[in-house]
Amino acid sequence: MIVSSRWTVFAVPLMLVACSNTKEAPKTASAKPVEKPATINKDPYPSTYKAYPGAPTIIRNVTIYDGEGGRIENGTVYFADGKISSIGGAMAEGALPVGANIIDGTGKWVTPGIIDVHSHLGDYPSPSVDANSDGNEVTGPVKPEVWAEHSVWPQDPGFSRALANGGVTTLQILPGSANLFGGRSVTIKNVYARTVQGMKFPGAPYGLKMACGENPKRVYGGRNQMPGTRMGNMAVNRATWAKAVEYKRKLDKGENPARDLAMETLVGVLNGDILVHNHCYRADEMAQVIDMSHEFGYKVSTFHHAVEAYKIADLLAKESICSALWADWWGFKMESYDAINENIPMVHAAGACAIVHSDDANGIQRLNQEAAKALADGRRTGIQISDEVAWTWLAINPAKALGIDKKTGSLKTGKMADLVLWNGNPLSVYTRPEKVWIDGAMMYDAGDPKKRPVSDFELGQPGEGDVK
Amino acid sequence: MKHFLLACTALIATPVSAQTIAITGGTVAIGDGGSPIESATVIIRDGKIVAVGRGIAVPPGAEQIDATGKWVTPGLFAGFSRLGLSEVEAVDATNDTVASKSSFSVAIDTADAINPRAKAIAVSRANGITRAVVAPGTGNSMFAGQGVVIDTGADLNAITRKSAFQLVQFGEGGAADAGGSRAASFTYFRNAIAEARDYRVNKRGDDFLLKRPDLKALLPVIDGQIPLMIMVESAVDIHRVLGLRSEFPQIRMILGGVTEGWEVADEIAAAKVPVVVNPMNDLPDSFEALSATQSNAGRMAKAGVSVSFGQIGDFDTLQVRLLPQHAGNMVALTKVAGATGMSWGQALASITSRPAEMMGLGDQLGSLKVGRRGDVVLWDGDPLELSSSVTALWIDGIRQPLETRQDRLRDRYKRPTEGNLPKAYDR
Repeated sequence: MIVSSRWTVFAVPLMLVACSNTKEAPKTASAKPVEKPATINKDPYPSTYKAYPGAPTIIRNVTIYDGEGGRIENGTVYFADGKISSIGGAMAEGALPVGANIIDGTGKWVTPGIIDVHSHLGDYPSPSVDANSDGNEVTGPVKPEVWAEHSVWPQDPGFSRALANGGVTTLQILPGSANLFGGRSVTIKNVYARTVQGMKFPGAPYGLKMACGENPKRVYGGRNQMPGTRMGNMAVNRATWAKAVEYKRKLDKGENPARDLAMETLVGVLNGDILVHNHCYRADEMAQVIDMSHEFGYKVSTFHHAVEAYKIADLLAKESICSALWADWWGFKMESYDAINENIPMVHAAGACAIVHSDDANGIQRLNQEAAKALADGRRTGIQISDEVAWTWLAINPAKALGIDKKTGSLKTGKMADLVLWNGNPLSVYTRPEKVWIDGAMMYDAGDPKKRPVSDFELGQPGEGDVK
Repeated sequence: MKHFLLACTALIATPVSAQTIAITGGTVAIGDGGSPIESATVIIRDGKIVAVGRGIAVPPGAEQIDATGKWVTPGLFAGFSRLGLSEVEAVDATNDTVASKSSFSVAIDTADAINPRAKAIAVSRANGITRAVVAPGTGNSMFAGQGVVIDTGADLNAITRKSAFQLVQFGEGGAADAGGSRAASFTYFRNAIAEARDYRVNKRGDDFLLKRPDLKALLPVIDGQIPLMIMVESAVDIHRVLGLRSEFPQIRMILGGVTEGWEVADEIAAAKVPVVVNPMNDLPDSFEALSATQSNAGRMAKAGVSVSFGQIGDFDTLQVRLLPQHAGNMVALTKVAGATGMSWGQALASITSRPAEMMGLGDQLGSLKVGRRGDVVLWDGDPLELSSSVTALWIDGIRQPLETRQDRLRDRYKRPTEGNLPKAYDR
């Protein structure tokens, strides 16, 4: 299990730190803060997500992975009003809460819902036509002002596959990696809604997508524009951070700079409110980014893809940076040439935070299988990690990387009832989700065609409502 | 942490010479669709399977491999891939999958591009793949060229069958290749065949749209000497392509892609046309894949279609090793209400005997039957399960090295920090 102490930097709740030209709001509890005209609304597109109704439910006689490394055989989990009410071992018949649905989980497993820290569902949706391709604001390498939530199409059929086949209950939608600064991410509940606001995870901090390496230099160098090299990447990054530090200094001094949406995002990072999710493959480049974060005073939450994380696992552990990884993707470009199957277990074994991520509308449907492959490859090379501890890669670790670990990511009393009942061992290829609950509401039931979501796009199309 | 000692197997090992090998006591899956046989023996002699079953005596002098507690299967056979055509996909100089600027199309022979030292071949071998269909991609025409069947052995001769098939693209991609519409793709296709027939009688014809080498390469296709693999996705396009059979009855079709095949499964079965699919496709990724479902393979198989699995689309040069995982997922579907999966034996057949049969090699490869070539894999568990791995592998009876470049990187960084010298000295 990952020690939580080095996570404190992420666990700071999203504080309403003034980052505008206004002075801090009055601190007396009684006084109603005076809204000054220039106050910047830090949550202008607020979540309207509300949990759907759910019946109090008990799953008993079931194997439980709690998502923090714990395992309970013959366990019982009880959830009501959208929250985990209790979790533990066998419960006597008389001790069961009255009026709850009781599900016999014999031969089955319960885990927290899977959290994918890297998805492009909605901003690169299916069908993958140009008209819906909204993931990269590829008109300039520095675009911290764009927000993924303004691109996400809530009717992406991929959400339903991630739910029904993947047991994914929460996911972060990121901008693409064409840009050094790709823009803000959005963390959503995997519940269809008419609007993106209706999917947004209440209270989740924003992320900032950044990218190292081949993509930015290829995209812009190909246009004879900076950056055209890795050193160009770093120079543009540093110049941008220097500008952000200066902007923050003005704000902190109470000066009144003109609104700059890009700078507001970067100041959010410098203030610790916005978490950096940095696409970066090579070990040497991750080390450069770490030094850059020290130079300008910010924290990298997570390196994404990080196929060479295993080469600097000690450094990543020391810096308390998570690595969001594939089990076995490799070789598709030069910076992925040194990818190895044991990356995830090796990062874990070094005491660093490992996460299984997808970056893919197919891969998100079997993150449990990806974890299983990585686990087996690790064991073969002598890294002994238990099944229940490996489940942290899909649960509490991504929750921490997203700053939502106090609310979800493990089956602990009082946390959101985001959970999956699997029809067998979830690290087996032969196992699928049987039921999925989000905030205690059953959003998928393999046995009930009415509990299989169909997005607007698939309505009236061939195969509507089919098992997928 | 203990320093990791690595076995110093050379990347290009010299294969040991063929001899008699007895693999005893394993759970043996024949690959023909049936269930595995417990405690069975497989005997390979001079590169061929000579005996399979229970109660078979080990011949004197045979090298005995104890497979107790292990599984034995035929070498896995990828029904579609671009294995050996690229080292690093995005490094153009190493990528021979597509020739967009070539003057030729039908005549392009993939055999001339296969790189047996592509790391993906070693990686595939280490994961149980011994043979693969390798297809060219379409560049300047809806015809991509001639595909091959290769083996994944650690030697420089990879070709199992040269000119194993011709590939043509229909549907959205074929329409784009042919100038912008599906109608144009059918026109181009019919014209190509007509020109090939003209070329047969007058090789000096001067008003051909296609190049003479392309027309020459088309002749064995229209004569049915080599199969035509037609890439096609939607139910409508499949239906229409099958209609070409009445115009060109001699063409031996294979359908590839076939994401909406389940909707016309009976028609495909009646036509006796084998298909190769990526069984995991379940997203409406395009308007020709609106009804995509993981039940596609199972439903077609249930209708009587011969279904093979391949790595089609993303990662076709790199991730052929995912085939057993995909096959395992088909078995998982048998427990999902409303879905159509496959039995374990059927799923394994889709990555062994079915693709061999599709390529007309079923009497040589794809199953552990007497007389077949000695492609045999020893696994430490159920070959379709995620936790299993290959412990030994033979191609034509020759034991193959299983170490990959990735294994070397792993071992170098088993302890990430430097020792007395930089990592560059650690090997």
